Amino acid sequence: MLSPYPDDQDLWQLAVDHGLEPCPVIFDQVPAAVLYEHAAYLIPGRMAHWSFGKQYQMLKMRHDYGVGKLYEMVVNTNPAYAFLLDSNSPLENTLIRCHVMGHVDFFQTNQAFSESPDNMIDVAGHHADRIRQYEFQFGKNVVEDLLDRVMAIEEHADWCHPFRQPENRQVPERRLGLRDSGGDYEDLSPSPADRPRRHLTKPRTYPTFDLLEFLMNESEHLEDWQRDVIGMVREEMRYFWPQIRTKIMNEGWATYWHLRLMHELELDDRDFVDFARLHASVVAPNGWQINPYGLGSSVFQSIHQKGGDRELFLVREIEEDTSFLRNHLTTDLVQELNLFIFGPDQRDLVIKSQDAKAVRDQLVRELTHGGIPVISVVDGDFHNRGELYLRHHHDGLDLDIRYAEETLRHLYCLWGRPVHIQTVANERPMVLSCDAKEVTKSTL
Amino acid sequence: MSPFIPDWSLQQKGTSDQRRHQAKVKEALKRQLGDLVTEESILTSERGHRVKIPIRSLQQFKFRFDPWQGERVGQGQGSAKPGDVLGRLPERASGSGNDGPAGDAPGVDYFEAEISIEDVEDMLFRELGLPYLESKPEARVVQPQWMFKDIARRGLMGNLDKRRSLKANLLRNAKAGQIAVGGWTPEDLRFKTWVPEEVQEHNAVVVAMRDISGSMGDFKKKMARMFAFWMLRFLRSQYQSVDVVFLVHHTGAREVSEQEFFELGESGGTKVSSVYELCEEVVRQRYPAAYWNIYPIHFSDGDNWSDADNRRTVDSIRRLLSVSNVLGYAEIREGGYSSTLMSQFSKIQHPRFKIVTITKREDLYPALKTFFPRTDGGESGA
Repeated sequence: MLSPYPDDQDLWQLAVDHGLEPCPVIFDQVPAAVLYEHAAYLIPGRMAHWSFGKQYQMLKMRHDYGVGKLYEMVVNTNPAYAFLLDSNSPLENTLIRCHVMGHVDFFQTNQAFSESPDNMIDVAGHHADRIRQYEFQFGKNVVEDLLDRVMAIEEHADWCHPFRQPENRQVPERRLGLRDSGGDYEDLSPSPADRPRRHLTKPRTYPTFDLLEFLMNESEHLEDWQRDVIGMVREEMRYFWPQIRTKIMNEGWATYWHLRLMHELELDDRDFVDFARLHASVVAPNGWQINPYGLGSSVFQSIHQKGGDRELFLVREIEEDTSFLRNHLTTDLVQELNLFIFGPDQRDLVIKSQDAKAVRDQLVRELTHGGIPVISVVDGDFHNRGELYLRHHHDGLDLDIRYAEETLRHLYCLWGRPVHIQTVANERPMVLSCDAKEVTKSTL
Repeated sequence: MSPFIPDWSLQQKGTSDQRRHQAKVKEALKRQLGDLVTEESILTSERGHRVKIPIRSLQQFKFRFDPWQGERVGQGQGSAKPGDVLGRLPERASGSGNDGPAGDAPGVDYFEAEISIEDVEDMLFRELGLPYLESKPEARVVQPQWMFKDIARRGLMGNLDKRRSLKANLLRNAKAGQIAVGGWTPEDLRFKTWVPEEVQEHNAVVVAMRDISGSMGDFKKKMARMFAFWMLRFLRSQYQSVDVVFLVHHTGAREVSEQEFFELGESGGTKVSSVYELCEEVVRQRYPAAYWNIYPIHFSDGDNWSDADNRRTVDSIRRLLSVSNVLGYAEIREGGYSSTLMSQFSKIQHPRFKIVTITKREDLYPALKTFFPRTDGGESGA
């Protein structure tokens, strides 16, 4: 008997006929345990770390309790991999395949992904092998401690130029002068073996937002394998940055397209009702949290109504979440989607405003830099003592001080010298400093 | 096109990393022991039962924004309007201390961990020790126990002593002029066998004393109860038998049942000396120090009747100290200043006299550690 549902190739063709540009997609039906594992690691075969295990446990627990079911997961490679839950019904799987077409088209065409590598599964696999090798060489705990520290600052990789190659580390012209001078005073200086290994040249310093690259290149404290680990984490993070920047667009685009492509299929009445119900559950707000699927697809719908396919495809190519919402979240949409601003009032969380412009501006602010504080290196030789001085570019929101303190401890272990971060807390400029013993606060 | 699809299910990294995370959580649990010993669902669980409690999963520190600050955009169902209350803010933990569990930020990951009272005991008792344990020579309760201490030439194969058998075989061969193992005969075999032996038992008695005067509220009762709970559990794990005597007092003292001890609440004044004198009486008549390890402990909020009675109490304590292993005074207060009783007691300098103050749940665990320090003769006072 012929299946009433189109197969992978039919759907791919349908997508192409509508103007999408997906690369080939490999669909794989997997059991829940495998899907949740991929969703926890985000790239199949990625390096081992307990934090992924924590995520895995959380996802699986929610699945077991029947809340927050995952239907699919797509990996941005070429060909793309799409994993579908093997317990999905044929109708669910048809909708999900349409959804995947949207994602794959977006990965291929949106500017944020223009420099993404297309073999990230291989890259992550090589990383995993190297990590395993280092675990073997230096000990599991040693590698784990290092990863804990590096991952604490993993988002702080260069996201403006995602795939610029890091500058080659120039080995400083080091240790000329005293060491080799010898001469008349040779007998006064201790023998080379006794001499403390002190750097006589200044550490290089330059301002940058790429903390990982800076540490990898400039920390005098790290061994080569440790630099390699930082480099791997950085490379993986730069693969994720385009996804962080386009979360709402990406999910919205996929949702918009599963809706549009499903309407092209000749579904019988029962299937159509089931499809409508499934779609409604995908776009429904979650409590009073924004649903990126619903928000993004509504914006794309309104763009399509006003500007047709031409405008639609242009937007999906050139925007990212912040510009997408700033340019296209209209007053009508804010009302239609029931968006509002809420915040603390005494001991309660209260709706503050439904003003469209205020909502739009607030949303853009939340999404700026992926909702992650912007931090840059100011000086790698602070106090002329090789201390690291960072600056949080305060834009209205304070840092979580306790978290910042703990993160500084991690940074200290990577830099090997005291680390400072300048920020603003309760409208007062302040500096958090971490040395071998403790974290201290001082006002500026 | 028939693409190669790896068998993803063979990787199974999720399971091993999950195990690593759980192991790290367990380490962290040890650091949270202070919370666990006051977790009521654990205390009231039946033996062998596992209780599910929410446990914060390990935090991964990052530079992030203060989750309590600022406004955010939300999405409603249609009828939302400005001024609507969406919910209450979570209680923010006091201060921004460097250590100790911080407040539960919105979005903090919880997961359920199953934990049994035995798990907590296991962790807790490793932190505690029994100071001044004395063997009481006269307290010999003759309890024959079977011990494997002897060797026989016949026995059960399961009890074969291989080392001795080997030695016997070598010896026999050597006597025959051949230095080698081999040529086994039944006479080489040696078997472990058992003999009855009298084992001396340590016995302990806890004299639990509690103030039931009007000023002891619910919190104080609960803390006294939890403290006594762990103290008894601990002592029972250390001694073959532990007797407990429950004494309560307001202006007069009397002996009560365990249930009454924890539930009684009466009004009236307080005369602390009464209960210490009753304790002396009980020890003298029923638990002579030559036979028993004695652990008197007193819970009170420290509001005593008069200074004269305070002095009388101190005299009684000095007498009790000469026969006790550890004498404890736990003052349970809800804030406020030190009591007169406390200031009198702090003058008693004696390594076996332990004073603790409990003003909040978190104090319970340090208090237990003060009473039962891990190293012997810990001089750490209050």
